[in-house]
Amino acid sequence: MKTQEAIYQYCLRIADSNLILAQRLAEWCSRGPILEEDLAMTNISLDLFGQAETLYEYAATIKGDNATADSLAFLRVEREYFNRLITEQPNGDFAVTMVREVLFSAYQNHLYQALCKSNDEMFRGFAEKALKEVKYHLRHSSEWVIRLGGGTEESKVRSQAALNELWRFTVDMFEMDEVDEELISMGIAPDMKEINKSWMKTVTEVFTEAELHIPDLNNVIKGSNKGIHTEHLGHILSEMQYLQRAFPGATW
Amino acid sequence: MTEKSNQFPQWEVFIQAKNGGPYEHAGSVHATDKNMALQNARDIYTRRNEGRSLWVVQTDNIFSTTREEEAEFFDPAEDKIYRTPNFYKMPAGTTNL
Repeated sequence: MKTQEAIYQYCLRIADSNLILAQRLAEWCSRGPILEEDLAMTNISLDLFGQAETLYEYAATIKGDNATADSLAFLRVEREYFNRLITEQPNGDFAVTMVREVLFSAYQNHLYQALCKSNDEMFRGFAEKALKEVKYHLRHSSEWVIRLGGGTEESKVRSQAALNELWRFTVDMFEMDEVDEELISMGIAPDMKEINKSWMKTVTEVFTEAELHIPDLNNVIKGSNKGIHTEHLGHILSEMQYLQRAFPGATW
Repeated sequence: MTEKSNQFPQWEVFIQAKNGGPYEHAGSVHATDKNMALQNARDIYTRRNEGRSLWVVQTDNIFSTTREEEAEFFDPAEDKIYRTPNFYKMPAGTTNL
């Protein structure tokens, strides 16, 4: 596999994950448990949209062929998205959203730290800026999960149920293929086995403090590197892409 | 009739726009504790680059003057213009005083 092709694919993995999670978090807009949290979740969402845009622009320059950040974000079909499966899972209750945010922002935190040392200048610049944002996302969601886990009986039951449901999607986040092999050999991307180790340490700390137990891995679902998705992505795309599909090329 | 509030406690937010400057009151937030108050304050009041540092103080901890006390607290200062430096002659050549 050519390096440029691998970089393009790697951009989509990160950007698609951010785009889809941002879209999910935006669903909370006007539905947050309190005004302050409503703003916090939409702030996180906007951070993720911004990160996605940076990488889509990079990907578009590699692809050429009149591709733009918008055409990549809005005009691909389901199997051409490579977002990590956990990002497309439904928001559920507030506990599900916050546990998902801990699992995913901890992952971004370690991935971006590694990308700060990438041989690719674009990835380095992206990671240095985005790392500050995801550190905050991790802090915000961790504090909530710790509160929910140690809160009332109800909040503890819901948080544990959220972790039990989402845990099986975490294996997918660390899957590697020939894209990773090429980029690891060029010193551009990290070995996900290493990221997995440091991620596990971080989330174990949070869930231990929250008095939640990490469940056994059962019914693991993966496949995002190949564009294989759960039933939820199609519904997200139909809503997210509606405008561009109904009015091709619409701008504002 | 007393109605129990279903809101988290209220906190007052103070923002310092740049190092060395004063902390100025920006508004309030609801939060269960000081860490959540800082985060909520950050998300609501500093998203357009308004500050570099934040204070939060639980509203209950602020003790203020009341309307009834206004006259006795502040009116006596009204006719003491000699407390402001209105009667000094500017030294010759001073432009930036």
